[in-house]
Amino acid sequence: MTVTENPRTYKYVGTRPVRHDGLDKVTGKARFAADLDMTGQLRAALVRSPHAHARIVSIDASKAEAMPGVKAVVTGADFADLDPTHPEFDMAVNLMARGEALYNGHVVAAVAAVTAAQAAAAAAAVEVDYEPLPAVLTIDEAIAKGAPIANTTNRTLFSGDAEPSNLASVNEFGRGDIEAGFEAADIIIEREFRTAAVHQGYIEPHACVADCGQDGKAVIWASSQGHFAVRSKTAAALGWSTDRIKVIPAEIGGGFGGKTTIYLEPVAVLLSQKAARPVKLVMSREEVLRATGPAPATKITAKIGATNDGEITTLQSTMYFDNGSTKGFSALTGAMSVASYKLPNLELHAIGTVTNTARSAAYRAPSAPQAAFAVETLIDELAQRLGVDPIDLRLQNAVVEGDATAMGMPHPKIGFVETLEAIKNSDHYNSPVPEGAGRGVATGFWFNIGEQSSATVNLNEDGTATVVTGSPDIGGSRASMALMAAEELGLAVDRITPIVADTESVGFTDITEGSRATFATGMAVVNACRELIEELKQRAATIKSADVERVEWVDGAAVIEGEDRLTIPEITAMAKNTGGPLTATASLNAAGAGPSFAVHVADVAVDEETGETTILRYTAAQDAGTAIHPSYVEGQIQGGSVQGIGWALNEEYIYDSNGVMENAGFLDYRMPVASDLPMIDAIIVEVPNPSHPYGVRGVGETGIVPPIPTLANAIAAATGVRMTSLPMSPPRLLAAITGGADG
Amino acid sequence: MRYAAPTTTDEALELLRSDPDSQVFAGATDLIPQIRAGRPEPSLLVDLKRIERLVAVSHDNGTWTVGAATPTSALTANAEFSSAFPGLSEASGLIGSDQIQNRSSWGGNLCNASPAADSAPALIVNDARAVIAGASGERTAAAADIVTGPGETSLAAGEFIIEFLLDDPPAGSSDAYLRLIPRTEMDIAVVGAAVQLTLDGDRVASAKVALGAVAPTVVRVPGAEAALAGSTLDDDTLAAVSAAASDACNPIDDKRGTIQYRRQVAGVLARRAAQIAAQRARSQPTQGNS
Repeated sequence: MTVTENPRTYKYVGTRPVRHDGLDKVTGKARFAADLDMTGQLRAALVRSPHAHARIVSIDASKAEAMPGVKAVVTGADFADLDPTHPEFDMAVNLMARGEALYNGHVVAAVAAVTAAQAAAAAAAVEVDYEPLPAVLTIDEAIAKGAPIANTTNRTLFSGDAEPSNLASVNEFGRGDIEAGFEAADIIIEREFRTAAVHQGYIEPHACVADCGQDGKAVIWASSQGHFAVRSKTAAALGWSTDRIKVIPAEIGGGFGGKTTIYLEPVAVLLSQKAARPVKLVMSREEVLRATGPAPATKITAKIGATNDGEITTLQSTMYFDNGSTKGFSALTGAMSVASYKLPNLELHAIGTVTNTARSAAYRAPSAPQAAFAVETLIDELAQRLGVDPIDLRLQNAVVEGDATAMGMPHPKIGFVETLEAIKNSDHYNSPVPEGAGRGVATGFWFNIGEQSSATVNLNEDGTATVVTGSPDIGGSRASMALMAAEELGLAVDRITPIVADTESVGFTDITEGSRATFATGMAVVNACRELIEELKQRAATIKSADVERVEWVDGAAVIEGEDRLTIPEITAMAKNTGGPLTATASLNAAGAGPSFAVHVADVAVDEETGETTILRYTAAQDAGTAIHPSYVEGQIQGGSVQGIGWALNEEYIYDSNGVMENAGFLDYRMPVASDLPMIDAIIVEVPNPSHPYGVRGVGETGIVPPIPTLANAIAAATGVRMTSLPMSPPRLLAAITGGADG
Repeated sequence: MRYAAPTTTDEALELLRSDPDSQVFAGATDLIPQIRAGRPEPSLLVDLKRIERLVAVSHDNGTWTVGAATPTSALTANAEFSSAFPGLSEASGLIGSDQIQNRSSWGGNLCNASPAADSAPALIVNDARAVIAGASGERTAAAADIVTGPGETSLAAGEFIIEFLLDDPPAGSSDAYLRLIPRTEMDIAVVGAAVQLTLDGDRVASAKVALGAVAPTVVRVPGAEAALAGSTLDDDTLAAVSAAASDACNPIDDKRGTIQYRRQVAGVLARRAAQIAAQRARSQPTQGNS
């Protein structure tokens, strides 16, 4: 369902063609990085630290090197020695430890051998002498007085502090007078919230193949959210110039932020260089869970005040986000995501911690879900205490264009009110709450970003077209690029072939992050098409010996002086005689990414004897600006909802007292299965983004923000128990219900 | 690692004799993940699914004979079997996913000896017997006596289960199995509870209650069985069933559940399973009325 304020109608944009990569993906023909096998290829295996924190005294690989089939071994000594202030220092140290193992699972060496079994056996034979060091495993341990230092290279971001610290970052910001805000309030609610680390859970483990040539150059086939970033990060870790590395994007089986960084490629390149053979390196699921991108665990206190009339007067919050083994910005983005309400008085303290756990990575609207859990729970309690509808309370305080974000910048044109109204008017919200169930609502916000993209549009001699971009297709972006090109050129979408080109075949393109691909890369495609149309008009003028000023582009054809019509195939057929091939390229650093808001509603039933939560009905509304391909917008809304539901109900990193992850597999790291979920009904709201030619807002991330508080609020409505700790798994919920205490 | 697929029990026994590091398997739904997780590979894998008796299901003279390697999907799809043992059928239908159930079997589920095996409590409350092949011929043992601890069975080296025997339940009988998992499928029981009971009019003539995943092996709950016997499943009886089930637990605290949670939920599931079994039994002809 779509609720649109879009004044324009389009011929192709907004339709639902089969995605160009769809058939190969559903038949298993699509090639992901692990599907590639090269002649002479070796398989690599990684040696990982069994300690959460240890000094690496020595590494003896002589036994491993003598084993059958072993062709190369690398350790930290083989990598570039970056200064800790280098922006890629933490990434580089994370993929190969130098001097200290910083968490259980930290890679300390790698082996390449003829078979995977030989590589695994040799990896087990690498002798590493560790001197165990005191480990810091939780936020509370990290901030305790006299705590051991988890990572001696860490200096607190934004602090100017030169001493090693367990604080990754410290930020404070806000506005108004916080005390006056509380004084003006009739109701004040304060709670502490805790969330566990969770994984992005992409179905495809990290994988790559690297082939180093005699010329000292390397070709990498990799699954990533951005192959230009794979190139630059690999170059940094190796101390190479970028021209020595070519990255060919494989299909990607999910990333959700977790594939914005790299773990394998520099290791595979070095092994390939040493062995003079191609090297394939594929993680197991256990490795993925133990040593790649969890989203941060958090501890958040939040205090909110409102008048009896429902005006929120103030919000004060201290947010701890654990970055794992290195510094990062997670706490800052969490605090920045508090941007949905008019808050005249606001005080936010954002504190990142460093612990001896896996280095955290971005996860879909990074840090916003944890922050929303706190804020949206308190708003729900306010509505409950005031006896007002939770959507009406939000409408009363909702930000509109010009209102300040957390950082003080004014919101551009946004669709929060429209999205709230879409849920308020929905069939779901207007249906009676099922007997014995509870209904919860919550909202989410994400900024979205622009960044750099390039696109080339080539017209073929028969008038078909190829759209070349550098954005990996994670969520249907090939189809979206083709739809925008079709709309511009007036060419049927199935006559357009959208491709994702390697780092040497298309202009620089940033990572697919911040829900930017359809917005920014799409804008580059539109710009290239518009340039191409100018050229097509010129060619038509040449063919017809007319003045180009008198040529218009109408519905896929050049119209000369309002009469004579030349279609694209007619023009491309004459290209050789009118100036050569028809092609256009556009590059940009896109500004004006439109924020996206989401509002979710859920009905849940809780078995009060077992603590099991059943989701009876779930509806998610989100502002897409303009939905280029509505099916993939709905897919993003549904996918984000499902990931948030898993985070809310069962997903969590469980560490033992030595920092070993106890549930490093999908049996005990419990993501939802299909039968756990009702249909997620998606409502697309369209409040066009004025900064994009079609009004696109990124839709990839916001959908994961509301589910946690939506379910917590629904559980509170069903049971009377306010859960303030994640996950709200059956044992925890039952303990809260029977113990009468907060979760 | 070698693979052999014998077609007779004798051939299988000979293969097992030939290699002390051999291992039998049926669907391999536990074996393959265990090897992938780093468990040492046996030198010889003996696939039992080609032996006809191990995948045959028959019902003659008041006894069901179910091959130990029979895919559980064949049992859940068997209407006559599922009507005779609805609880055992539903327990069999909870193992893994639809795809797994085309491979999973009672023999494998039991001999993997996980405390959380779904079929085990339901087999035990239905008095299933296992026919076991070994070097000195066949022997029969109660299904309850197969598992002796986590990963441990009473089978001697070279022995394997050929088939299970189940007598037709007495008139007025039925069974039920419930388990708690945090998801709806693709998970391992945090608690499992099986109840089999026989009604005599409005009263319970006899009952058996067994719990899974709350102790190193399946535990019978005599206190709950005694409370049910002679009762009309009134509230006091059900409360006594719950209390006895909670008391019978000897669980561990682990990543899947706490001791307190397992005790609490064991009581709830035992009570609910008793109610379901009784409701099913009421729809059966009771003793003396048929």
